[in-house]
Parts: sequence; C-alpha cells; structure tokens
Amino acid sequence: MEKMYGGKSISVNDEGFLTDLSQWTKEVAEDIAKEENITVTDKHFEVLAYLQDQYKNDNPLSIRSVGKSGVVGIKELYELFPKGPLKISSKMAGIPKPKSCI
Amino acid sequence: MEDNNKTPVKKALFICSKANLESVYACFVMANGARMEGIEAEIFFTFFGLEAIQKKRLEHLHVATVGNPAMHMPTMIGGLPGMEAFATKMMKDKMEKLNIPPVDEFLEILSASGVKLWACLLAIDMFDLKKEDLIDEIDGILTIGDFYGRAAGTGTQIIFI
Repeated sequence: MEKMYGGKSISVNDEGFLTDLSQWTKEVAEDIAKEENITVTDKHFEVLAYLQDQYKNDNPLSIRSVGKSGVVGIKELYELFPKGPLKISSKMAGIPKPKSCI
Repeated sequence: MEDNNKTPVKKALFICSKANLESVYACFVMANGARMEGIEAEIFFTFFGLEAIQKKRLEHLHVATVGNPAMHMPTMIGGLPGMEAFATKMMKDKMEKLNIPPVDEFLEILSASGVKLWACLLAIDMFDLKKEDLIDEIDGILTIGDFYGRAAGTGTQIIFI
C-alpha cells in the first residue's frame, strides 16, 4: 500500500506502519501525527529518534524499557502519545508495530 | 466482512480478588495492555487481592503449588516445605527474562500510565488495614457502589480476576 506523506509516496502496511524506514523523514512523522491528532514537539522527535535507534539495534520495545531509557518518563510518554505510547510512536517513527504485550 | 459498527472497548475495569502471583500479574498485564492501546483502565483490589497493594506484603506474593493443576505435581509434593518458594523463584526469574517488572515496579508503571488503583472499603475494614498500610500510588478507598459508578458509559468492561 502507498500513502502520501510529506509530499511523497510512502510504502505502508495495512495498519499504516512504514515498511521501509529509509523512506522516513521528519515530514512523514508530522503528517502521521496529524492523522493521530497529535501536535508534534521537539520531545516527540527525541522519542522517535530513540525508538529508531532501538529498532536498528534489534532491541525489543516495552513501556518498561522506554521508561528506563532516560529519554522520557512513562507518564510523559503517555502524555505525548495518549492513544498508544508504543504503537502510535512506532508508527510515527517509521518502525514496525511493536509485538510486546508489556 | 469486517463489521465497522463495532463498539470499541473504551474502559477496562479489573477486580483483583486473589493474592497469588499469577492472578495479580494477569490483572497488571491486562490493565497495562489496555493503556497501551489507549483504553482507560482501573483496578479495584478486594479481599486477598489487597495483599498486592500492601507495602509489607507485595514483595512476598507467590504462586500456589497446592491445588494448582497447572503445576503438574502431586498435591503432597506441592505441600513440601520450600516448594512454593522454589516455584515462585523460577517464575520470577522467567518473568525478569521476559522484561516483566516485579510487583512493586509494575505498580509504579501502572500508576504512571494512568491506571487508577482502588482499594475496597469492606475488605480494608475486614482485614483491619489503614491507608498507611497501602502503597502511596493508591488513588483511594471505594465501596463497590462507587466502583460500579465508575463503570458508566458504553464500551466499559468489568473483569473479575
């Protein structure tokens, strides 16, 4: 599936997650944020950068591990991405939907 | 064909009524999982479930080795001294490997995630407990009527564990 994000055609899966991280740009994240009714801040991008880093290093994501990262606290993570602290943030970061249950 | 008129779950209310580790974790994992999907979640601790929110007790929860068919051991063996401690240690080690937090840390995570934690008034009175005996993250002490009041609205589920 293709979607127009940041003025470009981007490949996404049926749940809207990017299938190719190399197509990701800040503008892509901003457009996904609009769909999720999120007003992006620098803090959002800090979290996205951390998530992308973890993905590249094959580290599985969990609320606990993000909370311990020193990048963002759990409370703040929920404030940034209220509808899905891991799911929406991963979508905005251009990485696959996390498989973690915790 | 996908039904587009499904009412999504908006709020999940859990009643934690048992003190064995597996029941408490079932509650915690499900409440946390709800929040991760943007669903509101609350836990009402009642009867033996109160053990999970007592400062002095929560570190000592364990799995039941007697009367638990999933243990696959004869009741007499399960009742031997040290057996519960052994089974509990094995389970806790396994959970740590899966990055599942211990009870105290899990409660902090739930609270930070916006899960409301309530203690049952009747059970508090029954066990002669005071608010000071409970962890600081507790949002309040409720009657069951108060708790039902919190279940108002479409898309609310009450789950008894």
